Amino acid sequence: MRQLLAYIKKEFYHVFRDSKTLILLFGMPIVQILLFGFALTNEIKNSELIICDYSNNKTSEKLIEKFRANNNFLLKEVIYDDHDYNQIFRESKVKLIITLPENFEGDLIHQGKSTVLLTADASDPNTSNTLVVYATNILYDFQKEMSNNVILIPYTIDTSIRMMYNPELKGAYNFVPGVMSLVLLLVCVLMTSVSIVREKELGTMEILLVSPTNPLIIIISKAIPYFLLSIVNLTVILLLSTYLLDMPINGSLFLLYLASSILILTALALGLLISNVTNSQEAAMLISLMGMLMPTILFTGFMFPIENMPLPLQIVSNIVPSRWYFIIVKDVVIKGLGFASIWKEMLVLMGMAIFLLALSLKKFKTRLE
Amino acid sequence: MEKKIVIKVENLVKAFGDFIAVDNISFEVYQGEIFGFLGANGAGKTTAMRMLCGLSTPTSGDAQIAGYDIYTNTEDIKKNIGYMSQKFSLYEDLTVKENIRFFAGVYGLDIKTIKRKSEELINTLGLNAEANKLVGSLPLGWKQKLAFSVAIIHEPKVVFLDEPTGGVDPVTRRQFWDMIYAASDKNITVFVTTHYMDEAEYCHRVSMMVDGKIEALDTPQGLKDTYHAQSMDQVFYQLARAATRSAD
Amino acid sequence: MEVIVKNISKSYDKKKVLALSDISFEVNSGELFGLIGPDGAGKTSLFRILATLLLPDEGSASLHGFDVVKSYKQIRKLLGYMPGKFSLYQDLTIEENLDFFATLFNTTIKENYDLIKDIYVQIEPFKNRRAGQLSGGMKQKLALCCALIHRPTILLLDEPTTGVDAVSRKEFWEMLKNLKKQGITILVSTPYMDEAMLCERIALIQNGSIMSIDTPQGIIDKYPYPLFAARADNMGKLLKDLRSSSLISSCNTFGDYHHICFVNDTYAKDIPDLKQDMIQLGNQNIEIKPIEPTIEDCFIQLMQK
Repeated sequence: MRQLLAYIKKEFYHVFRDSKTLILLFGMPIVQILLFGFALTNEIKNSELIICDYSNNKTSEKLIEKFRANNNFLLKEVIYDDHDYNQIFRESKVKLIITLPENFEGDLIHQGKSTVLLTADASDPNTSNTLVVYATNILYDFQKEMSNNVILIPYTIDTSIRMMYNPELKGAYNFVPGVMSLVLLLVCVLMTSVSIVREKELGTMEILLVSPTNPLIIIISKAIPYFLLSIVNLTVILLLSTYLLDMPINGSLFLLYLASSILILTALALGLLISNVTNSQEAAMLISLMGMLMPTILFTGFMFPIENMPLPLQIVSNIVPSRWYFIIVKDVVIKGLGFASIWKEMLVLMGMAIFLLALSLKKFKTRLE
Repeated sequence: MEKKIVIKVENLVKAFGDFIAVDNISFEVYQGEIFGFLGANGAGKTTAMRMLCGLSTPTSGDAQIAGYDIYTNTEDIKKNIGYMSQKFSLYEDLTVKENIRFFAGVYGLDIKTIKRKSEELINTLGLNAEANKLVGSLPLGWKQKLAFSVAIIHEPKVVFLDEPTGGVDPVTRRQFWDMIYAASDKNITVFVTTHYMDEAEYCHRVSMMVDGKIEALDTPQGLKDTYHAQSMDQVFYQLARAATRSAD
Repeated sequence: MEVIVKNISKSYDKKKVLALSDISFEVNSGELFGLIGPDGAGKTSLFRILATLLLPDEGSASLHGFDVVKSYKQIRKLLGYMPGKFSLYQDLTIEENLDFFATLFNTTIKENYDLIKDIYVQIEPFKNRRAGQLSGGMKQKLALCCALIHRPTILLLDEPTTGVDAVSRKEFWEMLKNLKKQGITILVSTPYMDEAMLCERIALIQNGSIMSIDTPQGIIDKYPYPLFAARADNMGKLLKDLRSSSLISSCNTFGDYHHICFVNDTYAKDIPDLKQDMIQLGNQNIEIKPIEPTIEDCFIQLMQK
């Protein structure tokens, strides 16, 4: 026990005496939260829109006015006759064209329903999806205002589900859980692997191995400081997102920290594994970044929706720990759900942590080869 | 015959904050001379050598290498010197030939000369069978000999050797010194540091650096006479023991 | 026997690089044993095997009766090991380093202070300085303190004096002599031939094989030929002329003298002849005298065999 404490103390000295480590450790989450929260949100503002109004009357005028007033859209033009939509998309920055049929007003008043055509440039599926949702939302409002009338549009049901948890469609709500998983994974994997490999490079690992220390203690002593630091990191992220990005935490904090702890454990185990197969800090850093950053960004679900991916990739995404953590965080933080609805994901994460820890303990070499 | 001065150092100082690493040193080195630059760890040898190679700017003082000023003509200096250290010498993942060609190319030798020189060099070193092997697979002694040959492939006016024989076996160490003598015969000035005191005896003149200053500069025999010592080892011990500072 | 090494072989890179071939020797309890050889001779591989950090391909070794493969845990308790590279935490102070390694071996600085006292007092004034900012000699002293702090029975020092200047080297050997008095068995490796004389027994190692094992004097006594030292005003010229002389079988530079051996054992006649030849070739102030070989002479002779 005294040995373990000595190890942990030493590890903290390393961290606090190296400004680069400190910057990496605490700078990265802050920068990422700010970056993703403000600069890179998938909230869309002033997206160019064209409305093709075949009916050209008071009702359509009213609807057009609503779009003009909305700051998600910049109504570029209202056209009244046939155009080649392909050409419009290709030659301008227009992302969405709304087509109001000739008998828009008539259908609405006499038959109680009308169909509006939303044509989106789906080359960027995320943006087009969001735009369609925005537009549907406006049409919905309009429909309510026309008290006796009903507009039938194909996205109604879908829209109502999406709106429930994020009525303002704030991008940050999606990004914060993503950034949390990204930062925790990266920092933990990077820190543990680099710190062990550094000892190999310096030659201190030789002395540690020659000492009667149980390898288990060497491993635990590497894990504990970074575990604690990651918890601090997590708190910083949560504080930033609550007070700076106005993201409320709806669910249990305890549950959130519990799930995060499991993710951190998984990451630490991964870091240990990487340190076993590499002999230089650069290699450890490269593997951690390439091996973690890419899959985490791709397969967590906060950048690219997993349900839109081809099946093989969806299957692959299952082995990425942050994917499960992302679901948990979204459920707990945004939806405010309890343990009952996330126990499956917790179990998967827990399984990964135990498997990786066992593997890294087994693989830890008590000799130099 | 008037001896031609190749390295001229006057009141050279290098300070890092309060710490004066090189404290007002002055000396001259002649053409074709083998000049031993000795001193304990942390005496300021490496710092002084870096300035002379044009790698770091002095705090004050003057120095000319092969007639070029170390403040203004560092590029010309680099063209006229060779450098070899114990640590970095050659690319381990390139073959003997590739290393020779690369370094010859760095110094701007034309293709014909490179071809002639590399054949010459491989023959002299007896590396014919190893010419296409990776340098990493050669024994240390061979590497160091090859590195030295490469460092003087462009026939520089001065070659700086930073502990070139550290850890090398005694036979190869002597062969290395044969090469140094050969270079000196070709009028290349050799500026060398070493921890082996017997090697100090092989130098034409030796300087002893203590705490950033040059405490003694003479022929090995002259130094032994001055300090009433039997060997250079004793001279070094007498001088270095008086050192007060001990920082690398 | 405190250390027994039997027929150890070790190769790397799928048998391509042979580091050690059939090494055997024994070290007595309380002995100061030196492993002398240039870089790449296999010293570090051998020390790592003894330190239980590497497994030998063939052969066996034991320390204090414990096998290095099977009983590595016991060995790790009684062994003090100082790797070739400075292997302490550069960002920790002297005191923090020492304290850490003491705790690692379940002891405290206080408990074994008497053992390291003589060495530690020299660096104690700087105990709050970080190890990375120490000079080579001071780093080496700290590393030795850390290797000693748990009162090991066997001390393995892998090239402790490499890259250290002559003054610090002398001090270091003084410290080793004092440690020997405490009954610690010390194995030390070095590329500096002159340090061989400071050991009780030495093994000369080259290209993974041991060329000779004996006391330093024993190795010197085994030198097969009478050895002479020669000097003249122009040493470079003398070297060339000596090498071209048919009377001489070998000639090597040794500081201010050239060490020479004659082809025949008719020295009484050959020495004046050689002097005459050298004078004719233009050498001045020639001196030739019989000398006792140094370990370096022996090493060169064994290498060229």
